[in-house]
Amino acid sequence: MENKDTSRAPVSQKSHVVEKPEHPEYIGGSISVEINEKKVSVPLGTTILEACRENKIHIPTLCHHDDLCVSGVCRICLVEVEGMRTLQASCAFPITAPIKIKTTTQAVRKARRHIIDLMLSEHCGECYACVRNNNCELQSLAKEYGVDSFTFGHISEPRYEIDNSSFSIIRNSDKCILCKRCVRTCIDLQEVGVLESVNRGDKTMISTFMDKPLSDVICINCGQCINRCPTGALQANDPSDQIWRDIEDPAKHVVIQTAPSPRAAIGEEFGLPAGHSMTKELNTALKRIGFDGVFDTNTTADLTIFEEGTELILRLYKALVEKDESVALPQFTSCSPGWVKYLEHFYPEYTDNLSTAKSPQQMFGALFKTFYADKIGVDPKDIVSVAVMPCSAKKFECNRPEMDDSGWKDVDYGLTTREMAKMIKEAGIHLPEMPPSNFDSPFGEASGAGLIFGATGGVMEAAIRSVVEFVTGNKIEDIFEKANVIPVRGFEGIKYAELPLGDVVGPVPGILQKLVPNWDWLKGATLKVAVVHGTANAKKVMDDIKAGGKFSQCHFIEFMACPGGCIGGGGQPIPTNEEIRMKRVEAIYAEDESLEMRKAHDNPNVVRLYEEFLTDGPCGHLSHKLLHTEYTKRGKYIA
Amino acid sequence: MLVAEKNSLTEEIEKMVEKHGATRAALMPVLQDIQRNHKYVSEFAQQEVARLLNIHPVEVYSVITFYSFLNSEPRGRNIVRLCQTITCDLIGKEIVAKAIERELGVKFGETTKDNRITLEFANCLGMCDQGPAMLVNDKVYTKLTPEKAVEILNKVK
Repeated sequence: MENKDTSRAPVSQKSHVVEKPEHPEYIGGSISVEINEKKVSVPLGTTILEACRENKIHIPTLCHHDDLCVSGVCRICLVEVEGMRTLQASCAFPITAPIKIKTTTQAVRKARRHIIDLMLSEHCGECYACVRNNNCELQSLAKEYGVDSFTFGHISEPRYEIDNSSFSIIRNSDKCILCKRCVRTCIDLQEVGVLESVNRGDKTMISTFMDKPLSDVICINCGQCINRCPTGALQANDPSDQIWRDIEDPAKHVVIQTAPSPRAAIGEEFGLPAGHSMTKELNTALKRIGFDGVFDTNTTADLTIFEEGTELILRLYKALVEKDESVALPQFTSCSPGWVKYLEHFYPEYTDNLSTAKSPQQMFGALFKTFYADKIGVDPKDIVSVAVMPCSAKKFECNRPEMDDSGWKDVDYGLTTREMAKMIKEAGIHLPEMPPSNFDSPFGEASGAGLIFGATGGVMEAAIRSVVEFVTGNKIEDIFEKANVIPVRGFEGIKYAELPLGDVVGPVPGILQKLVPNWDWLKGATLKVAVVHGTANAKKVMDDIKAGGKFSQCHFIEFMACPGGCIGGGGQPIPTNEEIRMKRVEAIYAEDESLEMRKAHDNPNVVRLYEEFLTDGPCGHLSHKLLHTEYTKRGKYIA
Repeated sequence: MLVAEKNSLTEEIEKMVEKHGATRAALMPVLQDIQRNHKYVSEFAQQEVARLLNIHPVEVYSVITFYSFLNSEPRGRNIVRLCQTITCDLIGKEIVAKAIERELGVKFGETTKDNRITLEFANCLGMCDQGPAMLVNDKVYTKLTPEKAVEILNKVK
């Protein structure tokens, strides 16, 4: 992954990778090695671990992660290399000579067992009281290597205080085995730089700047560290106990919104392979659990397209027609709370570029306690709104003090996919067996445009489907086959696309007539957009914008904090890797293609919302009050 | 910290960075310079170093906590490090330590009330043939006896 080359990553944490030859079939491009007395040929520079994996030889790993650079600190992947005095870490050993490798000798097995025993000697906590029970890499290694006693003892008293200062992430250093995956995630993959190892020797621990609580340092709450932690040292801040309490309270009306990404991934928690969308099964399960209303976040994703799209049109109109130089362009998306906080910290001078539109989660929250409360005749104080999100940063977002435009806390609890699965299991429900059912009225079903928000490029694609139809009056299908806007799809870290709008413009649709007189000013214009995922990539684009490069000429840029977009979010099932994320994305695009309604502006429920409630239209007065927000210029200084 | 103090510290660090180069590799020499001038690297100084070298503050903190000769908290004016490694231990580091503690009224790991001396143990000073050994700031004292150690420390200002 290109993320590995982020400039600020410490040299020691970059892999000592040997460049693989472009043509391994040429002489010198490949090398033959002997693994367990079997001769195999591998491209020069392949690590022993990769070579073994390709040849179906299992080698245990712990600090190694497919998304991260090589570290070689845990030593669990040791193998014997003939002629070398000591055992070698296979993950950090690039093959450059015809060596003989043995992976299952007694020395290797004994060493691995010792390593596990040493880790367990300082790993405090009981498995059955751990969030990662049955999905813990240390636990499975202990099982794999037949640990039946603690050779080097087992610590029984905790040594560290649990850090639960953050709305999103809880750190328990007692369960940490110092594999430094979180450090590599935070510094390399995400370029945020919250976690590093501090102190030395047996006092080494993973900590923050000046050992401050996580809420006081520049953490963007993306939760990528949680997804990569092999043990339960990092976990999301779980509100499910309060939610159970509210569900059981007859005075409370508990509503839940489900985002597309959890639905595409929650099956994994129930033993299904990645890539099965469980939207309708989840609806049934949630109703059985006792939620009073089950709604689709895609509804407000469609609404976001209206609001954010209109905002973009207004900004462009002001900049191009009224020649107002104070307009901040390009406009940045604001759906990803991790990205929003990243920008607030690292590029506070650009907060004006963020769309003021709230994220779909927060828009729905505001609607629940106003429009919906009126509609069903329940006092908003009795409404509890829960959001199932793929995201740990959503927990922070719903606790932002400014998110109370309904007069109440717009969203009470953010729940991750993992926590949702846990609640469903607690209720004795096996999700895949549930009969399908639909979302509740008055919001009903939503469009495929809202659905694809879950994948990187999705917001952009949804916006393009609507904006192009609004402006040109043509069907998007005439430009992109089956309305699939391929140029903004895919896992490339930074995507750039240009969309010529053509010389023919259509009439201004009714809903926008108050805002712009006609589309003549867009004749012959080319819409320049970019799609970025992972904050390390966001940094590259922001630095380019700062320097006045190519991306500063864009009109609209989609940013997602997590690799792969929401489907790779910090609240998603563990493990994660590019293959799993790819499958989830495929599930989302497949579901989108199976829908009749694939454009936000075709969603009758949203159109009705503008007719009945938000009567002054997108970006109108009420929209501004309920559906838009402001940002804080946080800066980088840690007080 | 006052704004004026902050500004002068920033200026000072900027000069150090200019001297050693604004690269990651300059981290150690810059931190050593700050440590030399101020006896510790404050929270603010760490963040300034991070900003100027374009790395994360937590990486600066990580390096400081790794090395015994770099500190992130203020210490006494003089730092006394008594060797605790095997040879010095065998030849009587313990009675020297006790005498020092008694004389100064503080334990190892602590600083005297008048901020004059911080006591620490250090690992091998490389004076194994002349132990017990002790480092007072940059100066090594060897073949210590309790009396000699106390006498040396009493001369420290």
